[in-house]
Amino acid sequence: MEVFWYIAIAIVLAVFFILDGYDFGAGIIHLFFAKKEKDKAVITKSAGLFWDSNEVWLVAAGGMLFMAFPTFYASVFSGFYLPLIIVLWLIIFRAIGLEFRSQFKYQMWKDIWDKSFGVSSLLLALFFGIALGNIVRGVNLGDVHHGVSAHEGHYFFLPLWNTSFSPLTDHPGVIDWFTIVIGIISVVTLAIHGANWVILKTNSSINNKLKGIIFKLNIVLTVLTLFSLYLWQIVNPNSLNNFVDKPFLLVFPIIYFIGLIGLFYRKKIKKDEYAFLYSTLLILGGITSSLASLFPVILPSVNPVNESLTIYNTAAPEYGLSVALNWGIIGFILLIVYFIVQKRLLSGKIDNMDYGH
Amino acid sequence: MEDMLFYDRLQFAFTITFHYIFPQLTMGLSLLIVFLKGKYLLSKIEKYNNAAKFLMNIFAINFTMGVVTGIPMEFQFGTNWAKFSELTGSVIGQTLAMEGMFSFFLESSFLALFIFGEKLMGQKLHFLTGFLVFLGSWASGWFILATNAWMQHPVGYEILENGKFVLNNFGDLFSNPWLLPAFLHNQMASVVTSSFVVASIGAFYVLRNKQVEYGKLFLKTGVIFGLVSSLLVAFPTGDWNAKNVAKHQPAAFAAMEGIFETEEAGSEIVLIGQPNMVDKKLDNKIAVPNILSFLTHQDWNKQIPGMDQFKEEELPSNIPALYYSYHIMVGLGTIFIGVMALALFFLIRKNLYTIKPLLWTIMFLVPFPYIANLTGWYTTELGRQPYLVYGLLKTSDGISPTVSSGNTLFTLLGFVALYMLLGLLFLVLVGKTINQGPTPQTH
Repeated sequence: MEVFWYIAIAIVLAVFFILDGYDFGAGIIHLFFAKKEKDKAVITKSAGLFWDSNEVWLVAAGGMLFMAFPTFYASVFSGFYLPLIIVLWLIIFRAIGLEFRSQFKYQMWKDIWDKSFGVSSLLLALFFGIALGNIVRGVNLGDVHHGVSAHEGHYFFLPLWNTSFSPLTDHPGVIDWFTIVIGIISVVTLAIHGANWVILKTNSSINNKLKGIIFKLNIVLTVLTLFSLYLWQIVNPNSLNNFVDKPFLLVFPIIYFIGLIGLFYRKKIKKDEYAFLYSTLLILGGITSSLASLFPVILPSVNPVNESLTIYNTAAPEYGLSVALNWGIIGFILLIVYFIVQKRLLSGKIDNMDYGH
Repeated sequence: MEDMLFYDRLQFAFTITFHYIFPQLTMGLSLLIVFLKGKYLLSKIEKYNNAAKFLMNIFAINFTMGVVTGIPMEFQFGTNWAKFSELTGSVIGQTLAMEGMFSFFLESSFLALFIFGEKLMGQKLHFLTGFLVFLGSWASGWFILATNAWMQHPVGYEILENGKFVLNNFGDLFSNPWLLPAFLHNQMASVVTSSFVVASIGAFYVLRNKQVEYGKLFLKTGVIFGLVSSLLVAFPTGDWNAKNVAKHQPAAFAAMEGIFETEEAGSEIVLIGQPNMVDKKLDNKIAVPNILSFLTHQDWNKQIPGMDQFKEEELPSNIPALYYSYHIMVGLGTIFIGVMALALFFLIRKNLYTIKPLLWTIMFLVPFPYIANLTGWYTTELGRQPYLVYGLLKTSDGISPTVSSGNTLFTLLGFVALYMLLGLLFLVLVGKTINQGPTPQTH
């Protein structure tokens, strides 16, 4: 039952990163590449129409995590207190940028909210990558100092950084040279994904240019991916054990590399949907590979005193998990139905839509 | 440790207060929108459709604010109340996850369709999307109230040796005797807020002699819905809730009614007075004898336990705040009924639109239903203190063990600054929307 909910939450989280990922990415593209007002307006709209229905996947993931793994929820949310609250602030800034930009026609007003949307998208992409980096690196569970836990073994508190910015100390911070690399990978990945989205959903004048940009970003991403695998070996020498023990898990990294290789042919791909699919595989593969390398651990401990958090030692009791299955399945079916209805009704290029609004 | 608890509570109180400005409007407003849209479908008079779409624009601004201030609420269970989340997550995680999955999804998916999809879908489907938005927002209220009801009156659980609450009966979460009265009371109060907002916009248009056709429609709709909901808030739902508190939280009941001493033959109802916690009495009291006993038990002489019957630790931790919250809510609720009844009287005599003092009153009354809603929630929540789970888990035992007070103060200050900015933007946008009015603009 724990495994079922683990997979369910992983799927919901992956869907969140794929969906909200394209509007974060659109924000990054908007920040760096959109110069003309017409392009800015349409890119904002391509994110603005969808962000709130995309972010409900985050709310759903949060709720399910709370229900199925309350100990993990409590430990991680309080341990990553500062970065999480900062993420909340950024989400707020991004949302008001998207919603309020077109309310007044003054150029200054638009400029303010364009920057708010772009910069917060960029920082959020960075923070989500850093978060993933923290999860695979592990934390000092129990805040152990000189072999003694300061708290119960499943609680901890992470500073934003420590003075060495190194993941190899006993007290790693949120930001160090390992997590920052993962953060940059996340920014580059989402920028590619967002560029694909902009090409798919709009007739903006930079669409052709973006195809070239995707190619360049993809080279950067390939180099960073290989570099991060090397760093990962330093930070956690056992990171590949799961793949050796259970070779079928290799399907996840393969998904990632299919996406990566496919994107090199971006200019030749006729159907924009396929290109978008490749960057979707990239995100899906990246998240699932990271989770698979840890399974069944969900937060490694960097000290020998307290054991890592796993899906088994943080899960709610059996009765709650199985009773939730009944409504969970109905909920999942509904989510898929809403999703399809919404995407079908708002399909096609944004520029061509007539909202009667 | 004391600081820590204080900042955690202050941050939660501040962020939830600010958040609840928005859902209390959207829940009620969605009902009025469905009503107006339905009226258009039946009558085919364009006015009703424009009015519904106009109100949906106001709804959308509020919904966005509700979403961005709502996500922090869900996160804060983990960030600031980690111990509470760990101990009770397997119970209230159920209702909170259902809220995200069933209602929030429904509401936000179909809101975009309602706003952008009228031409794509045709009128009947457009009405249906509006109805689904309404359903989603009320279902959201239902699940949140179910969560709160469990904290007020825990059911369907057992406590393990390690102190964790474990769900053992899922159905009990929804048949909780606390839930239905609280839900109905809350939803009616939400209709009060939205009716007053709609009536206030109407009064504004009529007084300004602009968009008068819509002004009259909004006034009429707002006054009728406003009077019905104001009455329903008081009776039967408010009455039902008060009886629940008297039965399940008698100490909180004594404190909110301001009964310091038990009266042998029936308790008086306090209208005005200031709790004096040193002498354990009310200063400057105005009260009517025996009414409270009659209202609560339909028996003039039934004894109601006062605060003197309870031990110090059984009493709510902030008695004056609880007492004031409750009395402000009840006092305002009574005024609402009076004003709306008067307005309906003149509406029936067909001269409401010319009585300026009444229109000014209706226009400026708009902040007060918000205050009444919020103080109503304060009453519930202060009555529960010093517990998170009534009688079982102390608030001081629920906070995150590793987050220091300095960090919470930092984030609290951040939230205050950010929400001030949000509030300012919100007012500007709502003001702009109201100023434009419902008449379709010709491009």
